[in-house]
Amino acid sequence: MAEVTLRKVVKRYDDVEAVRGIDLDIPDHEFVVLVGPSGCGKSTTLRMIAGLEDISDGEIMIGGDVVNDVPPKDRDIAMVFQNYALYPHMTVAENMSFGLRLKHYPKAEIKQRVTEAARMLDITDLIDRKPKQLSGGQRQRVAMGRAIVRNPKVFLFDEPLSNLDAKLRVQMRIEIKKVHQKVRTTTVYVTHDQVEAMTLADRVVVMNRGRIEQIGPPNELYHRPATKFVAGFIGSPAMNFIPCRLEDSGGLLQIRVGETIALPVPPDRVARYREIPRDTGMLLGLRPEHLVDAQSNQGAAFRPFDATPDVIEPMGMETFVYFPLAGVQLCGRINPAIEAKAGAPLRLAVDLNHMHLLDEATGLVL
Amino acid sequence: MVDAAQPTIRPARARTTRSGLRKFLERKSTIAFFMALPLMLLIAIMVIYPAFYSVHLATLNKSMQRFVGFGNFMFLFKRETFWMVVQQSCFFAITAVIFKALIGFVVAHLVHNIPDKGQRKWRGMLLVPWVIPPAMSTLAWLWLFDPSYSAFNWILAHVGIGPIAWTGDAGWARFSVILVNIWAGAPFFLIMYLAALKSVPEQLYEAAAIDGANWWQRIWYVTLPMMRNIIAITTLFSLIVTFANFDIVRILTAGGPLDKTHLFATWAFRIGIEGNDIPLGASISLFMVPILAVAAVFILRDINKRGNEA
Repeated sequence: MAEVTLRKVVKRYDDVEAVRGIDLDIPDHEFVVLVGPSGCGKSTTLRMIAGLEDISDGEIMIGGDVVNDVPPKDRDIAMVFQNYALYPHMTVAENMSFGLRLKHYPKAEIKQRVTEAARMLDITDLIDRKPKQLSGGQRQRVAMGRAIVRNPKVFLFDEPLSNLDAKLRVQMRIEIKKVHQKVRTTTVYVTHDQVEAMTLADRVVVMNRGRIEQIGPPNELYHRPATKFVAGFIGSPAMNFIPCRLEDSGGLLQIRVGETIALPVPPDRVARYREIPRDTGMLLGLRPEHLVDAQSNQGAAFRPFDATPDVIEPMGMETFVYFPLAGVQLCGRINPAIEAKAGAPLRLAVDLNHMHLLDEATGLVL
Repeated sequence: MVDAAQPTIRPARARTTRSGLRKFLERKSTIAFFMALPLMLLIAIMVIYPAFYSVHLATLNKSMQRFVGFGNFMFLFKRETFWMVVQQSCFFAITAVIFKALIGFVVAHLVHNIPDKGQRKWRGMLLVPWVIPPAMSTLAWLWLFDPSYSAFNWILAHVGIGPIAWTGDAGWARFSVILVNIWAGAPFFLIMYLAALKSVPEQLYEAAAIDGANWWQRIWYVTLPMMRNIIAITTLFSLIVTFANFDIVRILTAGGPLDKTHLFATWAFRIGIEGNDIPLGASISLFMVPILAVAAVFILRDINKRGNEA
């Protein structure tokens, strides 16, 4: 086990920069998830840690040693691939033990390690089968088993659940978390699925266009996003962004949305927002759960307003309503007990304690 | 279908026969059979009939008047030349196929590692020996092998190696026909192996690299097992074609010197057509069947066994 450190790491393909100088410190035992849309450089970063891609610039350290020029086999890492990459001509046991056999481990130890890993992953009965005879979930377990038996310094996961169906994905997500709780190996996990990132990670690294947007524990990213990108990427349904402006009204600071709605800035934020020039284009960021029905949410923090939803999505434990406001389409989350009809007016309330104010031009959360 | 619901019995019977025929004609397997029929007829005329006809020929005497049973085969068994041809054919086919496969494998790897942009060009060039009609390219080789004026001997003379009788000496003549066969046949292996290489998922190599496999271990544990079926099929196919080779030997050495480069096909031609003993020629060529059948069974059995793996 070891810590992983990235220093100003750059990856260039001809004249395109896929990764633009990222810094990342992953302490021992930590589970870090790199998340971002496709093409954001997360997989490239992982593959550079694995040694499958050359590093154009910067340094990667594993366990304190610079590994820039160390081939993958000497980095003491194990990787789980999206397509599992099991050797089709080998049995499950042979697949799992391949790395150990190449390193000439004693037979007894190999057997013991494979048995142990198979037990942990609940694939003991499949040990003599070929990959073709396994389901997607079972193959994924074997791929994890192959990583576990090696007992490496670092686990690398490259979108390991993308090829599974939704139900199995949830199940395997829990398995992965359990395995990490048992073996505690430093883990770097790449996914484009923010739910996976939130549920698995000790710390999430949100990447966009080859740069790191924000690093932090899942809840911090959710509640205190640093940029519009992170705010919009983390959370589902995504955060609403409403064009707005700050204005003074009778000595109070207000957020003006469109012509009709003016929302008072919560007292604890006044100091933070006071210095912002009043003519700056701003965005009001509100998550759907902070745009709620007025009926079951009353109190000082909630400011009611009227809207006419055009789409209603009942989910059972909650209902999402979609409605236009100030020229944008917004999503709110209401109590499912409330009768909402598309096209019929609905009294909603906004919870300003959880609002975010963003600079429209820079995309920074203020 | 409506009939079945009606209680009448007699008219229904007549109708079932007719609808039975219609059902038979409408069945998928029947339609498939009729669609395959033209090809089956073609194979019957072009392959099965000649095969049986040559068996028939092999049982006749030289003037094709009298049935002699296994007489021709018995006669062959007693001739030294026959056993020499058996040995030469086996040696020729096995050596040539091994080298074609080896060269094809190595060159396929080299081409596979060329960046995509230049790859087409190289692929095209490397296929040239395979697409030139062998009779033509062999004539060029014949010229290269000429003992007095050839390019090979001219070059060798410069380094002080005396003229080699490429097609005149038994050993060199065998070397020459095998060399030309390899030259003409290796591109086939190259293209098949290149296709097989491209179908091996890149992630398997990456997984192997992370598992600690070096270059050689990646070939041994990933490439070769993944290419196994292609290797088996190409080897079998090439073995058959090489074993039955005719044109290269015919043009380069015509079987000489002293029959030392004859293969089944060239010797059958010499005896049957040039020697005017068609039944004996047919008997010689029939000898290829059992030898190749054994090879086919062994190789194809292996493919069936591993077929459902990948």
